[in-house]
Amino acid sequence: MNSAHAMNDATQAARQADRAQPLLQVRGLGKLYGPQKGCQGVDFTLYPGEVLGIVGESGSGKSTLLSLLSGRCPPDAGVIDYRRRDGRWLDVYSASEAERRTLLRTEWAFVEQNPRDGLRMSVSAGANIGERLMAQGVRNYQALRAAGLDWLAQVEIDPQRIDDLPRTFSGGMQQRLQIARNLVSGPRLVFMDEPTGGLDVSVQARLLDLMRGLVRELDLAVVLVTHDLAVARLLADRLMVMRRSQVVEAGLTDQILDDPQHPYSQLLVSSVLQP
Amino acid sequence: MNAATQPRPRRDDAYNFAYLDEQTKRMIRRGLLKAVAIPGYQVPFGGREMPLPYGWGTGGMQLTAAILGADDVLKVIDQSADDTTNAVSIRRFFARTAGVATTEQTAQASIIQTRHRIPETPLTADQIMVFQVPNPDPLRFIEPLESETRTLHALKDYGVMHVKLYEDIATFGHIATAYAYPVTVAGRYVMDPSPIPKFDNPKLHMSPALMLFGAGREKRLYAVPPYTQVSSLDFEDHPFAPQRWEQHCAICGSEDTFLDELIVDDQGTQSFVCSDTDYCAQRVAQGRDGQ
Amino acid sequence: MYVAVKGGERAIDNAHRLLAKKRRGDTAVAELGVEQIRQQLPLAVARVMSEGSLYDEQLAALAIKQAAGDLVEAIFLLRAYRTTLPRFCASLPIDTSRMLLSRRLSATFKDVPGGQLLGPTFDYTHRLLDFSLLAEGDYPGPDVHGHAQLEPCPHVLGLLAKEGLIKEETDLGEAADDITRTPLEYPASRAQRLQALARGDEGFLLALGYSSQRGYGRNHPFAGEIRIGEVDVWLEPEELGFPIAIGAIEITECEMVNQFVGSTAEPAQFTRGYGLAFGHAERKAMAMALVDRSLRAEEYGEEIQSPAQQQEFVLAHCDNVEAAGFVSHLKLPHYVDFQSELELIRKLRKPSTEQAQ
Repeated sequence: MNSAHAMNDATQAARQADRAQPLLQVRGLGKLYGPQKGCQGVDFTLYPGEVLGIVGESGSGKSTLLSLLSGRCPPDAGVIDYRRRDGRWLDVYSASEAERRTLLRTEWAFVEQNPRDGLRMSVSAGANIGERLMAQGVRNYQALRAAGLDWLAQVEIDPQRIDDLPRTFSGGMQQRLQIARNLVSGPRLVFMDEPTGGLDVSVQARLLDLMRGLVRELDLAVVLVTHDLAVARLLADRLMVMRRSQVVEAGLTDQILDDPQHPYSQLLVSSVLQP
Repeated sequence: MNAATQPRPRRDDAYNFAYLDEQTKRMIRRGLLKAVAIPGYQVPFGGREMPLPYGWGTGGMQLTAAILGADDVLKVIDQSADDTTNAVSIRRFFARTAGVATTEQTAQASIIQTRHRIPETPLTADQIMVFQVPNPDPLRFIEPLESETRTLHALKDYGVMHVKLYEDIATFGHIATAYAYPVTVAGRYVMDPSPIPKFDNPKLHMSPALMLFGAGREKRLYAVPPYTQVSSLDFEDHPFAPQRWEQHCAICGSEDTFLDELIVDDQGTQSFVCSDTDYCAQRVAQGRDGQ
Repeated sequence: MYVAVKGGERAIDNAHRLLAKKRRGDTAVAELGVEQIRQQLPLAVARVMSEGSLYDEQLAALAIKQAAGDLVEAIFLLRAYRTTLPRFCASLPIDTSRMLLSRRLSATFKDVPGGQLLGPTFDYTHRLLDFSLLAEGDYPGPDVHGHAQLEPCPHVLGLLAKEGLIKEETDLGEAADDITRTPLEYPASRAQRLQALARGDEGFLLALGYSSQRGYGRNHPFAGEIRIGEVDVWLEPEELGFPIAIGAIEITECEMVNQFVGSTAEPAQFTRGYGLAFGHAERKAMAMALVDRSLRAEEYGEEIQSPAQQQEFVLAHCDNVEAAGFVSHLKLPHYVDFQSELELIRKLRKPSTEQAQ
């Protein structure tokens, strides 16, 4: 018991130390497809364990920003610096594609809106969860199996379904499986694109609950794109409001949702039902 | 019974030595040098049309043509038999266009072109194996796009290869790949060893002979240089295991060779014989039999 | 002791003799001459030359005779011969605006400068078997005006280009890789794609072009212009320093006009697809033009979702010599691999209780 406590304290101390430094620094980031289409002039700093929500209507540039941030699409302007687990800073787009891909399958994760885009639909749930571990060199079948069973339980899927194909799962289960597949490698930064997008309201609530628990427990930094302010309120510590390719307001979630300053934020907040 | 080495026949002067023109042969040799320098890497090359159909060994033939010299002794096998029709046809082609000596005996050959097998007789440092390859990319059936698989190779992004092995074990309890079983060469590139049975995979590892692979239709060549580490993909707790037979060869009694199954009568009675006809004949010549 | 059946050299020799007999047919019937094939099956000769990538009517006719009328086999024969030929130099680009036309049509304009010219075509024939052809002998063909003077005439799409209504095709001046010398790598340039399509199987391209008309990668085509005729081939040997004409070849050229809506940055314009084949080969040239345009999807920022738009899919599978070879190789023995599969499947079928032990 004592040693477990001691380890827990040590983990806590390490987390505290890690939190003193930023994880991601973004300066002047932009890519435009047309006037006010895409995103421009984005600056922010993200700390370990912090959840940043990006909100705005469709076409505001949220998704473009997310693909720039997650290394999927080179920007026209700006710099993204990421502090790796070994403490060294990496300029994401000056790095080689090899380094970027390595990040994407180790310290980073990406949860797609449509689980079909994020899952390998032709192989079992267990293989889906094991893929990132195998890409990192895990060559022990039993260990992969154990990780699969463990993560299915963590995302509240019956572990007995480990050998079933994702297409036999409901939409909510597929989304939880996608989350498990991403988190199994112990990422530090997770990008999420409307993760509750295509789901029923009741299913959404359960998924949000699960995500909130996992983010806390694993101390994940998250960049979350959503048009749903209720989702943002539940998950995000801070918000950036985007409109026509630009960030019009940024700040603490409660502050922005309860006392929006920018006219567009006010419009956005007033147009949704408050919980 | 075993045909000895055939002496050098007259060459057909209507064609350049070994059919291909010298420029093309040089181009292929440059590709081969690159392939040897980067073991397991698929080198694109300007494959030519050969007078045999694609899929019938045009890649192997182009490599053989590029490395063949007048003093070489050529052996050609298909399914490790020298007398299968396609092996006969390719052997005749080089006898006619290059006038080289041919042999059915593995030990006599300096170049062995093969489809689907590696001979049972251990190879030496004086020998070169040329493999005919239908699909050079081990990632092809997981990712159909060439532009993507080349990136995966370049970045050594091979996790997906193990996904298939995992799935096999989860579904069947075994890795369900019996031939064209992927290997890692010199700890770097994952390579398709051509459709040899996995039984032959261990023969690739630290082989004293140079192994060349040619895919004519796909216009790729690759190589395993002598004494190179070649490991078959597997899991620690589900290690790679080559096939084994409970039977022995009905002709020579061999217990550790790859055996072909024959149905010998209408009742479906099975009999097993060595697929390597030369090896089997050598053993019979030494007085072994299957009784 | 069991002795396995041997294939062997005698069997191959006998097979070749049987094939020769099959090709010759009944010896009571006069043997078909290569010149007869060349003269009387000109469309088959054209296809073999195009897909065989070698303009030589006599050799193509010979290949058709040797292949007993199997055109894919004849194409293969011509290709295999082609590889053995030394490469002296490349011709200058042919100038199709200076073609001597035997047929020309544009579906986009009622009349065009230089006029429409129906020429020899199956179009508008009723597809009724003509039993008079059964009776051999002189078939009374129509009279052709020997004096009709054919004039070179400008490309129809050039007229649209003058108004800026169609995307200009510009020569980038880059050396185009010869796909028969350097392997195709993806993404392939348009020059390489056009080479591959020109050698591509007519049936495959026809089906893909057709699929684009049926909604799989829709590209709204109009037959801007199809022209068939003779064009001079010019060489410029280095030691001469000026071009010389070495002869004329018959070609079919097709330019399709396709819709393109444009974007915020660019006004709407038409785009085009291009097809070219040796000899009289309208179907091939049209299909090629449709597929060429489909393959330009990326260039025009169109969403790529259909087979005809996917260059790796199209280019890797359009060559019938490659395709026929790989399909036919299934006839080769595979018993070692099959033995491995047999062993595996037996192992997999063992009851799982045995596996657990």
